[in-house]
Amino acid sequence: MSVSYNDFVIRFANVNGSGSASANGMFAKALFRMGIPVATRNIFPSNIQGLPTWFEVRVSEKGYLGRREGVDIMVAMNAETFVEDVASVSPGGYLVYDSSKPLAKHLQRDDVIEIGIPIATMLLPEYSDPKQRSLFKNITYLGALAGLLNIDFDVITGMVATQYKGKDQLIAPNIRALELGRQFAFDYLQAPLPLQVRASDQVGDRIMVDGNMAAGLGSIYGGASVCAWYPITPSTSVAEAFETHANRLRIDPETGQKNFAIIQAEDELAAIGIVIGAAWNGARSFTATSGPGISLMSEFLGLAYFAEIPAVLWDIQRAGPSTGMPTRTQQSDIVASAFASHGDSKHVLLFPSTPKECFDFAAQALDLADRLQTPIIVLSDLELGMNDNLSEPFEWDDSRRYDRGKVLNAQELDEVEVFGRYLDVDGDGIGYRTYPGTHPEKGAFFTRGTSRDEFAAYTESPEVYEKNMIRLLKKWHTAAELVPAAEIATSAQRVGVIYFGTTALPMPEAMDQLRDEGIELDACRIRAFPFGAEVAEFIENHEIVFVVEQNRDAQMRMLLINELECNPKQMIAINYYAGLSISANFIVSSITDYYQANKLARLTEVQS
Amino acid sequence: MTFVVKPRTHHPRLPLNDLGLTRRDYEGSVSTLCAGCGHDSVSAAIVQACAELSLPPHRFAKVSGIGCSSKTPSYFLNKSHGFNSVHGRMPSVMTGANLANRDLHFIGVSGDGDSASIGMGQFAHIMRRRINMLYIVDNNGTYGLTKGQFSATNDKGSTSKKGAPNLYEPIDLVTMAMQIGASFVARSFSGDKQQLVPLIKAGLKHKGMAFIDVVSPCVAFNNHQGSTKSYEHIRQHTKNVVDADYIPVHQEITADYRPGTREDVNMPDGTTLKLYKLDENYDVHDRVGALNYIQRRQESGEVVTGLLYVDPEAADCHEIMDTVQRPLNELNEPELCPGQDKLDLINDSFR
Repeated sequence: MSVSYNDFVIRFANVNGSGSASANGMFAKALFRMGIPVATRNIFPSNIQGLPTWFEVRVSEKGYLGRREGVDIMVAMNAETFVEDVASVSPGGYLVYDSSKPLAKHLQRDDVIEIGIPIATMLLPEYSDPKQRSLFKNITYLGALAGLLNIDFDVITGMVATQYKGKDQLIAPNIRALELGRQFAFDYLQAPLPLQVRASDQVGDRIMVDGNMAAGLGSIYGGASVCAWYPITPSTSVAEAFETHANRLRIDPETGQKNFAIIQAEDELAAIGIVIGAAWNGARSFTATSGPGISLMSEFLGLAYFAEIPAVLWDIQRAGPSTGMPTRTQQSDIVASAFASHGDSKHVLLFPSTPKECFDFAAQALDLADRLQTPIIVLSDLELGMNDNLSEPFEWDDSRRYDRGKVLNAQELDEVEVFGRYLDVDGDGIGYRTYPGTHPEKGAFFTRGTSRDEFAAYTESPEVYEKNMIRLLKKWHTAAELVPAAEIATSAQRVGVIYFGTTALPMPEAMDQLRDEGIELDACRIRAFPFGAEVAEFIENHEIVFVVEQNRDAQMRMLLINELECNPKQMIAINYYAGLSISANFIVSSITDYYQANKLARLTEVQS
Repeated sequence: MTFVVKPRTHHPRLPLNDLGLTRRDYEGSVSTLCAGCGHDSVSAAIVQACAELSLPPHRFAKVSGIGCSSKTPSYFLNKSHGFNSVHGRMPSVMTGANLANRDLHFIGVSGDGDSASIGMGQFAHIMRRRINMLYIVDNNGTYGLTKGQFSATNDKGSTSKKGAPNLYEPIDLVTMAMQIGASFVARSFSGDKQQLVPLIKAGLKHKGMAFIDVVSPCVAFNNHQGSTKSYEHIRQHTKNVVDADYIPVHQEITADYRPGTREDVNMPDGTTLKLYKLDENYDVHDRVGALNYIQRRQESGEVVTGLLYVDPEAADCHEIMDTVQRPLNELNEPELCPGQDKLDLINDSFR
């Protein structure tokens, strides 16, 4: 039988709160440490304990990180979902289960290889405490998988030692449970299976981290000193990451006091209010939320847009509308974020695709907010934010200086003849601001959400109001030049594809598969709104542009058509919005279906 | 509303304070509120208090929400930055501003609509967090800008201009503030400058959350017979329990002849708060007793005024959080950015 290496999807079916997360995480980490590219996905309920949860690991020597449909190995440890878990195994796949009780006849499948491990029976003589038995159940199947899949056992035992450092009495029983499982696999299960892993060099110096951790860390490096937030899945871990790392990295060495302030606010309205107040007074600040928070923060976002106050907001998107599916992923807050608040307001958006980009954009967003004096909304999502993913390591150039934007100090105020907060001195639509308390006589102004003139004085003059609104548009054009440009890969094709955020994860795989089908596409990964000239050019240069996104209403396509005035017929929407992350299979079948339906020529046909 | 700057000239014999400034240096632009509005008296009291304390007029940040009261930061301290934010949200903007620079003086002005209805949540939470600021509510029991609807502080049974009674229970911000964390709580009346100016001075010097509820009649919509927030009603029904006076550190405390038993409260910065107890049964440090007293008087239709509660030792939000003494908005790369060396270690922890 031929052996396949480093190419499968394994899914663990567990009960939420049963301690499985740590064992499953160790499984993924072990493969990562063997140099094998892995992508993990936690599919969890909006619940603390008791409901079903799944953890999926995609193992791919080719480095494909997107979700792949189909399950090759199912570790079915949840009686409640057992029936559907068995049904979800791909033909020819494996079912790992606790065979302490025999598998019911109706659950047996001819096209699935059953691997029964009597875990409960094995653990009964080993551990007297039922709670311990339940916890070590996870470790035991991890040990069995190590044998079955040929995982480097030293890597796993090494991880146990690191994980329980300081609680040394836990190390030996954990290793004992690992060995029990592994030995069973060798003795009774013909381990290793034809589907297994082997050490690889495909990981390189990459790290394995989630996007929210990266966002919190990037905010520290980018100089945020105030964080205000309100707990909401899946954004909570952004603020928690900031706090955890700030408590290590931002302590004044002499006094032990904090070089940061963090407030868990009473709601999202207060969170963004605190951010705006702090930024108005010159401290870099940010908040993190998810869709419902965007709705709640909208009034304040309009104030910050109109009164021109920096603010950074992370939206870790989840499936909406309303409460939607709080623990499922989507890219469905694009329009709500772009135009948050009443009146003519619009906001700068950034779309990170990887943890590294979350780190980079966290710092860049703080610079952009200060430079543009406006809110910057970073649109991540649950897929990126809460799952450990392979990422380039974080980098910081120590010679880099924060861009605080146009802020006048006392001496500079002395030198200017006339200070007007909203005077467009430089012609880029951005005025000069001052922090409160700067100068005894000059530079004080009144910030307001009402209409005002260039000197910040209230006015209802139609001309002055209109002039101000036009200047804000000029600033918008300045923003288009400052935000991260789209990443474009072209080879002069007639058809292109536009995508952004986590839709980038399955894209390399989709492009490879499409190439096999004779479809070659130029690609444009959007990284920000407003769109730069390169996006308009990309669309102009292609007869057909697929816009792939994870929402029902093709929100990015809406923005593109609206902002760039491109022909809607040219922009083909490909939308996945069921709450799991979009897969290469979905993209490929959507695009090939379109080719078929519209009789578009493929490369192979052209060549033949 | 237009923006009118006051002429800068002033009477040559106006007294100078320790900074060599006159009261005029603490003023704002000309008020656009109705003639006789209580809020203008509050603004004037703020001007007088700041001038008498000789605080640098540019070292304030003034924040407000939306409503008549929230317009008033334009009418005092022109040399300071002001922020007229959104309805009911002054506390959150103020919290952020205070976190960014702990060295400024912070004055928040709000109204009963702004703080007791739409902003009730934010009011409660800024009290809990004990932000170091002076929080003034210009309380007139009515929505002036939208022409006279009842607000949530309006007393049950108090009538509208057209004679309709208010059917709902009032919210008392003073007792709420005392219960949830304010370490300085007072009530005053816009028509009683003698009482109000010293309270504002003491509140400004207090470290922590200083809250003053100022009953400030609305001459346009809530100053008629039947209203419990009219000038006449308040004059007849106030019960002043503790007068306060603020004594700067270098000023010798001389004998005085004000009524009541005197108590000197030493403030942490070495200054003195002089209290004159006008009711022997009232203890300004006994939070629970004070609450009881205020509510009993309220039952009988009396409005208790004066300094109602003070805890000069209470920690403010920065102390609770243990932030650095230097304002956060002055920190830069050396304090804020841990650098690539640390990042290498962090990267390794993700391998």
